[in-house]
Amino acid sequence: MTGFAWIDDPLLRVDRVTMRFGGLTAVNDVSFSVGRGDITALIGPNGAGKTTLFNCLTGFYKPTVGRIAFSPKGGLDDDRIDELTATARRNSNDGGEDLYLLERMADFEIAKKARIARTFQNIRLFSGMSALENLIVAQHIALTPASGYGVFGLIGLPSYRRAESEAVERAKKWLERIGLRRRADDPAGALPYGDQRRLEIARAMCANPALLCLDEPAAGLNANESHGLATLLREIRGESGVSILLIEHDMAVVMAISDHVVVLDYGQKIADGSPLEVRENPAVIAAYLGVEDEELGPAEAELTAETKP
Amino acid sequence: MLSAAASPFSRALKESALATLIVAGLAFPIIAFRADPDFNNLLELSARWPLFLAFCALGFGLRFLLSLWESRPKAALALAQATTGKQRKWLAPAALAALVAYPLLILALLGPQAALKWVDTFGVQILLYVLLGWGLNITVGLAGLLDLGYVAFYAVGAYGYALLAPLTGLSFWALLPVCGLLAAFWGFCIGFPVLRLRGDYLAIVTLAFGEMLRIVAVNWDAVTKGEAGLYGFPGLTFFGLPFIPGPRGFAAHFGVAFAGVHKLIFLYYLVLAIALLANFVSIRLRRLPLGRAWEALREDEIACRALGLDTAKIKLTAFALGAFFAGVAGCLFALRQGFVSPSSFTFTESATILAIVVLGGGGSQFGVAMAAALIVGSSELLRELTFLKAIFGENFDPTQYRMLLVGIAMVAMMNFRPRGLVSMRQPTITLGPEPEARS
Ligand SMILES: Nc1ncnc2c1ncn2[C@@H]1O[C@H](COP(=O)(O)OP(=O)(O)O)[C@@H](O)[C@H]1O
Ligand SMILES: [Mg+2]
Repeated sequence: MTGFAWIDDPLLRVDRVTMRFGGLTAVNDVSFSVGRGDITALIGPNGAGKTTLFNCLTGFYKPTVGRIAFSPKGGLDDDRIDELTATARRNSNDGGEDLYLLERMADFEIAKKARIARTFQNIRLFSGMSALENLIVAQHIALTPASGYGVFGLIGLPSYRRAESEAVERAKKWLERIGLRRRADDPAGALPYGDQRRLEIARAMCANPALLCLDEPAAGLNANESHGLATLLREIRGESGVSILLIEHDMAVVMAISDHVVVLDYGQKIADGSPLEVRENPAVIAAYLGVEDEELGPAEAELTAETKP
Repeated sequence: MLSAAASPFSRALKESALATLIVAGLAFPIIAFRADPDFNNLLELSARWPLFLAFCALGFGLRFLLSLWESRPKAALALAQATTGKQRKWLAPAALAALVAYPLLILALLGPQAALKWVDTFGVQILLYVLLGWGLNITVGLAGLLDLGYVAFYAVGAYGYALLAPLTGLSFWALLPVCGLLAAFWGFCIGFPVLRLRGDYLAIVTLAFGEMLRIVAVNWDAVTKGEAGLYGFPGLTFFGLPFIPGPRGFAAHFGVAFAGVHKLIFLYYLVLAIALLANFVSIRLRRLPLGRAWEALREDEIACRALGLDTAKIKLTAFALGAFFAGVAGCLFALRQGFVSPSSFTFTESATILAIVVLGGGGSQFGVAMAAALIVGSSELLRELTFLKAIFGENFDPTQYRMLLVGIAMVAMMNFRPRGLVSMRQPTITLGPEPEARS
């Protein structure tokens, strides 16, 4: 027992993952674990490969080399992972909890079966649909069987109506939570930028994930909004027990809420540990914190320009 | 006062002068000269200055009116928008009542002979396009998959009936869903290889598929009889009673005089009922997970996948259901025409149906129905405008200007209502305003 969840009780293990685009190695031999119930921050200068790593986890890219094992409820031990790796299968549930090898799964299967939800660096809401509808689409997986794959719902069976009203209740709870109850029926694309960021997080949470991956949730938010976001994330973790993996540039947010920090630079992992450890790490200071004024300044400006329409 | 009025006026003058120049530039090579082959197949050039000047004048006049219209006060615009939103409640029942009463009213007013054309071209034909529009609306309007070969599914339905009816001896009641399923199967087949495609690529592949099927129909003489087409297959019956003169026919059974319009009135109600069913299914599906997934797919495919939606399956269902309606419409087309040939299923047909969906404002049922009535109805009405011959001479054929009119309608649309006739998307579910007690 080390007292660190990412060592004692991980739910995700990234194992020597490399991602190359032609000659460019965006992620280079990266390994780390994410602890169950932790808030884990993935940080690093712009272009370090954080988003690429996210895309590998969630199946949008297939890593060139490497293994990503995920077990939402526990039982992520090396023997079981090796055993599953030796087969051609993508998941196993014999001898304990479900275990998935994410690099073998398609993106939507990862979301559906392994229950990993994510947000995007450039917000991807269904902007023509209302805020409420966005949250209901997120519950598609739960609602589809209840709608009898369309048939029961078509003839208006009460069982579907019950399922739908539960989905609406859940959506309403989240809208109240992020302060958007009043704008529930407005198109998501018409909401202010900060609200859209929060709505995207709520949408991911409506999918009932075991792991929530957030790609720069505070990008483009002002100090006040960032603070609110940090509080929201802590509350979400506290209530639902969901594990959170987030990419973040705002060091105030990172230090305030994370239990575990992983640092990437030029595609390589340069540090991994508790926030305090990482902050003291000389390699991190050299790569990131120490050169904040030259490196982060323009980088952050570019980032806000990119994400703000 | 004078200066305020003069400024939009002079601006309109300036703009219309510019527009006239452009029209003149375009019309000079196209309109002003006409080349006709003479008996020796040599081209003879004739100048048509009056027509050229007429076009320039038309360009000037229209642009002038448009400019004035654009400079009208903003308040009037807002008012116009506010009033259009309010008519919804009584609109649907009123439209339905009008549709049900229409053929009987025409029959009573014009008598069985003159009513024929009105029930057929302005009734059955428009309703068929409404059905097609609603079907394509699922694929294009809701799921956002640009399908330029929709007519292929229409053809599958029509050929399906024309081939299966004599072969199996089944009635059209049984064959209607069979034709739909056949077309849906084809929708599935075309959907499968193009699942990874989007936008332009999808449009090109579907376009090619539509043409492919038509060319097969032209060349597969043994089955489709090529360009000559299929005819003589069993027609419409009223629950077993054929619409024929004589003792065993519909008219004799009900003790009325035989009239060709009876069959068309029955067909009219049949198409109306099926169109309403299609409408019901679309509206219902839009509020179900599947329909919401279609719309989500149109908005952002990547976000859909991040939420666990199997976008391939969702696209396939959109393709297949859209195709199903086209297949049913094709079957009804065969029943109406009594004759099926490849020339009914050209790309123009796909384009017309797509125009109906775009003009109607993708995703809006009512808008699509209105657009179908406008596009099909107006091009048929053109045939009626025989008095124009008095103005433009005997050789003037108004129907030739149909595409021009559709084009003008599209341009006007892009200007005034870029999101279609009925552009307001209604959310599929609402929470309404927050109750007071909570805050
Ligand atoms: N699809 C892609 N094709 C080619 N290069 C890519 C692709 N995605 C990311 N990259 C490259 O990988 C590197 C890491 O990018 P990214 O993961 O977005 O960095 P970060 O999110 O840490 O800012 C960058 O150099 C980027 O240009
Ligand atoms: Mg990034």
